[in-house]
Amino acid sequence: MSSVRVLVGTRKGAFILTSDGKRERWEIDGPHFGGWEIYHLKGSPADPNRLYASQSSGWFGQQIQRSDDGGKTWELVGNEFAYDGIPGTHLWYDGTPRPWKFTRVWHLEPSLTDPDTVYAGVEDAALFRSADGGRTWQELAGLRDHQTGSSWQPGAGGLCLHTILLDPSDAKRIFIAISAAGAFRTDDGGETWRAINRGLKSEYIPDPTAEVGHCVHRIAMHRSRPGVLFMQKHWDVMRSDDAGESWREVSGNLPTDFGFPIDVHAHEPETIYVVPIKSDSEHYVPDGKLRVYRSRTGGNEWEPLGKGLPQRDCYVNVLRDAMAVDSLDSCGIYFGTTGGQVYASADAGDSWTPIVRDLPAVLSVEVQTLP
Amino acid sequence: MIRVVLPAQLRMLAHVTGEVQLEVEDRVTQRSVLDALEARYPALRGAIRDHATQQRRPFVRFFACERDLSHEPPDAPLPDAVATGAEPFLVVGAIAGG
Repeated sequence: MSSVRVLVGTRKGAFILTSDGKRERWEIDGPHFGGWEIYHLKGSPADPNRLYASQSSGWFGQQIQRSDDGGKTWELVGNEFAYDGIPGTHLWYDGTPRPWKFTRVWHLEPSLTDPDTVYAGVEDAALFRSADGGRTWQELAGLRDHQTGSSWQPGAGGLCLHTILLDPSDAKRIFIAISAAGAFRTDDGGETWRAINRGLKSEYIPDPTAEVGHCVHRIAMHRSRPGVLFMQKHWDVMRSDDAGESWREVSGNLPTDFGFPIDVHAHEPETIYVVPIKSDSEHYVPDGKLRVYRSRTGGNEWEPLGKGLPQRDCYVNVLRDAMAVDSLDSCGIYFGTTGGQVYASADAGDSWTPIVRDLPAVLSVEVQTLP
Repeated sequence: MIRVVLPAQLRMLAHVTGEVQLEVEDRVTQRSVLDALEARYPALRGAIRDHATQQRRPFVRFFACERDLSHEPPDAPLPDAVATGAEPFLVVGAIAGG
């Protein structure tokens, strides 16, 4: 019988939640790396027992942990993320040049085919790759060398590369997103990159339709249609049907189009999920009600999903990497909150139950569907 | 034998409990002690000093003999009491909230 393993990164450690395919009873394992910030952990699609975790601390810096047994035991691997060459500068919040400086790994994206190859999206924004299971890391410097790189500025969370999408139909195509530079795509395995932000409109920058400067919060795709992308921007939910060449807004009837995560149903490429947040100055859900919104039409027409979720006095946020889906026949949806709850739906969002309620603030949620 | 006390987070990385004891063959300085510490526990590389610059991370401090040695030159001799093992060299995480 199939089972699921939910990998949860929190402000104070990692937790691994497991259940059989019914997704009714859960075992909670953790904390792993107690006291450390776990921005993200994710399993290899090519070897589900191979997990990578980003462990960091404002005091003691970055560590990368690797597991070869599904998270039972862990091994420290390489933590040296050296920018290629002389890194130059980007812009700081006040508009002055600032040398690129590594702070932490926000996102780890294992290769679709090789358990030893993994990508890391870091702050200050850059993309690294390891081909030896995380022991050594090399920057794909063509991204930061983009002609606009010296003009990138951080969002409130830092100049972070937080989204990495590997195209399952083209090993040389990768999509990434940076707050607050925007989305970029390579078609040559990371040598060269182009900004793919046409159609985005951001009123909080001097030129709302500039080539870069957009605070993209998250991008998602369905693996059967890698040319169709969905984006949750700082404000606005967007869609591209041409691999990012152009975007159009699909916020439709959402109560607010600010938010962080966005994800796609495992079996219905036009069914997408967001969690509307009241505003960029109030990072909590509207009206004290925690509701996921689902569109079955690829955007524009949205329905609230709140059955089983708190519908009063709730003021949590759901961060950009804190939503994921499983691939069981009835698609499961999972998300974690800044209040430490991890919610699961075994019926594509129609109803929800908490797997666990009182973890540290949740930074990331990933799901593995195991045979 | 040099005695080193690590904060809990670094003991977790190094998989040690209690004090660490090190042989330091060169002059006993911050640099030689930390070099020996990292050679014995490679997991600590980058966690106390920056990989590239070898500078102390901003929220890490070095204490010994009731003195803050954090701003001493890395090649300055540590107190005799540390060199003889009478007193430990303390690696401390700065107190900050959360």
